Amino acid sequence: MSGAMLELENVSAGYGHFQALFNVSMRVDAGEAVAVIGSNGAGKTTLLRVISGLLPATSGKMTMEGIDLRRTPPHKIIEAGIAHVPENRRLFPRLTVEENLRMGAYAKSARAHFQERLDYVYGLFPRLKERRNQLAGTMSGGEQQMCAIGRALMSKPKLILLDEPSMGLAPVIVAQVFDLVRRIRSEGYTVLIVEQNVAQVLKVVDRAYLIEVGRVEKSGSAAEMLASDDIRKAYMGI
Amino acid sequence: MDCALDIFFLEAVLNGVLLAGLLALLALGLNLVFGVIDVVWICYAELVMVGMYAIFYFYKMVGLPIPLAMLLGVLIVALAGIILHVVVIRPVLDTPPINQLLVTGGVLFFLQAAATMAFGIDFRNIGVQFGSVSFADMYFSWNRIITFVVALVIMFCLWLFLRRTFIGTAIRAVSQDRHVMPLMGVDTRQVYLVTSAIGGGLAGLAASLMVLQFDIYPQIGLQFGPLVFMICVLGGLGNMVGGFIAAFIIAQFITIGGSCFATEWGYAIAFLFFMVMIFLRPRGLFGGKA
Amino acid sequence: MMKARINPGYVIGLAALIIFPFVVTALFPSSDKYYLHLAIQILLWSFIYTGWALMGRFGLTSLGHGAFTGVGAYVTVMLWNYAGLTPLIGIPIAVILAVALGLVVGYPCFRQRITGHYFALLTLALAEFVRLCIVGLREYTGGSLGTQPHRYGDGISLYAVQFEPNRVLAYFVALAIWVIGLYIWHRVDRSMDRYALEAASQDEDAAASVGIDVTREKLKITALSSGMCAFGGAIFGQYQMYIGPDTVAGLGVSLSIVFASIAGGIYVMLGPTFGAFFTQMLAETLRVAIQGSETLKGLLGSSALALDMAIYGALLVFFIIYMPKGILGTALEWLEKRKSRYRR
Repeated sequence: MSGAMLELENVSAGYGHFQALFNVSMRVDAGEAVAVIGSNGAGKTTLLRVISGLLPATSGKMTMEGIDLRRTPPHKIIEAGIAHVPENRRLFPRLTVEENLRMGAYAKSARAHFQERLDYVYGLFPRLKERRNQLAGTMSGGEQQMCAIGRALMSKPKLILLDEPSMGLAPVIVAQVFDLVRRIRSEGYTVLIVEQNVAQVLKVVDRAYLIEVGRVEKSGSAAEMLASDDIRKAYMGI
Repeated sequence: MDCALDIFFLEAVLNGVLLAGLLALLALGLNLVFGVIDVVWICYAELVMVGMYAIFYFYKMVGLPIPLAMLLGVLIVALAGIILHVVVIRPVLDTPPINQLLVTGGVLFFLQAAATMAFGIDFRNIGVQFGSVSFADMYFSWNRIITFVVALVIMFCLWLFLRRTFIGTAIRAVSQDRHVMPLMGVDTRQVYLVTSAIGGGLAGLAASLMVLQFDIYPQIGLQFGPLVFMICVLGGLGNMVGGFIAAFIIAQFITIGGSCFATEWGYAIAFLFFMVMIFLRPRGLFGGKA
Repeated sequence: MMKARINPGYVIGLAALIIFPFVVTALFPSSDKYYLHLAIQILLWSFIYTGWALMGRFGLTSLGHGAFTGVGAYVTVMLWNYAGLTPLIGIPIAVILAVALGLVVGYPCFRQRITGHYFALLTLALAEFVRLCIVGLREYTGGSLGTQPHRYGDGISLYAVQFEPNRVLAYFVALAIWVIGLYIWHRVDRSMDRYALEAASQDEDAAASVGIDVTREKLKITALSSGMCAFGGAIFGQYQMYIGPDTVAGLGVSLSIVFASIAGGIYVMLGPTFGAFFTQMLAETLRVAIQGSETLKGLLGSSALALDMAIYGALLVFFIIYMPKGILGTALEWLEKRKSRYRR
């Protein structure tokens, strides 16, 4: 294994009769930050849902550090070291911040280190500590995103899947969210991020995949992608 | 009896408070199950009936000491909750919600008939009396006072469980967003099982308290079942705090109405109040799940 | 399925039902009363179940129709016993009152879009409310023991709408009512209201957006359904010559109505009828089997009385899980599939 942490080979998936992903192959190496870009409805979110088991793949191979993810039940995938920050954050609005974080450490492997991880997350995001007893649903969008990322960190994951972290946030807050992404990168986590905000995300990642209508159309280093005319025209409006 | 603001009125109010404790406990199990699994156990009162008969059987027919009989009763109903979920609810979880409500109606008939077959239609009583206490010309039975206190203690314990433990937090989380649970490493099937066991266990605990106050007969579920549903809907289905408050409101209608007119009228007024309130606030006084 | 022409199967079926009492009297002169009694019960409950299914098939799962049968039976008998008013007028009054009750409860329900669990539990409260009122008015109604309509003359009278002693007459009364019930179902099935209600049961917003007055449609079907149940309850009381809060009202009756209808199938015309047939025959067969067999009697003793209910409950669970369209609905679907395969 040449350092590949997550590896997908010809993965297909869909909803009922509608096929959303066609033979997607990609890899994420340990320590990397990789972006998946593409327009709305291209299958980016579906891709993350397939990796974390929320949606079963219909064919193909999918491994995390050699573990066959397709044979792992959805609630065990977190124990393989994958934490998924879903689209729209999906915090539990009527649980407190700390209870949301506790849910992040629900997996058997994570419970033992709950206090240690809680201190770590509070150290990383002191704002969350201030708000620990506040109901998550009453916080601002940026704070909620912070809480959602903190919740994902609670399981001490190796790979973090981020789904549209900037969606629905004001421009000032979007910048803060990308700062958060930089920080978790510098903490040593491997990151796979899905974004529509192509210009911003390519500044944070090492490599990127472009997905169009369920297929990988292009891949390369962030610099290459930024330099590509097609991408600049189609996704950055330049 | 007349309705003057006298000592009898106060007695009725206080008895209403004592009754409310029991009703709140009954509503709690149903609300918990609805909040988490999104299913109304129409046979909930029949599970309580099963618990009451189990206690009666172990205490009067086997001769076990009453605390042990009650413990066995609670365990049996908790097990019944699990069986109900696995055998009856799980196969219809993905069908229209009303099917889930109706399927437990079949269980209602089954349990009633099974109880009739096992114990006949006679009224049974475990005959445990603790006497009564008098205070300023008012009389309160110890059985009711014990019931009230124990019900509050049980509810407090459940509250701690839901607040302090991982599985308890997961139970509350499921009711807010069940689809994201696998990402937390939570197996919702397991949470449903635990919830069903707790829901059954609460029915068993309620049964342990009810045998102190009421006769046992196969149709007893039809007597208080509707009352419990009404409290749950009034408080907002799935809203445990709302159910608690609604229990106190409804209990006052029952006891005050009952002491001013006749028992049935107390209940009838409570049901009328309930219907009017639901028209005004369709999701219950304190909101609930759609 | 239903053509404008009358299906020959229906004509034959109806003819068979018309000669049924004469055949029974000829073949079983000693026990004809028993068989006719069974048939009358089945027909009257079929009418009530059909009335419920008119709402139930559109997702309006009421657990409160025992309220309407109760109002129908009790108002009729109370007017006769205490005001001397003939049921010929009393029954229409009872039906109007039940319809009014249905509309008074239905209107806010439908305006507030109370559906699903909330609708089921609210209507359950309604049934319970009516039962409690009946019990509470015990000076007139006899409370939980029930009461009887005063017998008029020899018990057969158009004026008093009493016909119980003459079983053949009672049978034809029940048969006529049942046929009317099926005709109402047929009319609803072919009306525009059916499509409106089906649309509303699937998506209220969408239905409203194409110009369907959802509240009005729901109220119409509620009026029809509650009226039928009240009428059925009234006639049932007149036939039994006894009414009790647990036999014509309350939660038990409400649930029986719901479950027998569902067991038969609420999406086909004869489904509720089949449900009535099935539940009555199940109870009777088991009763006869247990009474006829010394072994079973010895084994179960008096508890055998509840065996049919236990089996019934277990079957209901089975039906809802594996045959949500009911026995008849599933059978017809199966036949239809076979037929189409045959054609190909």
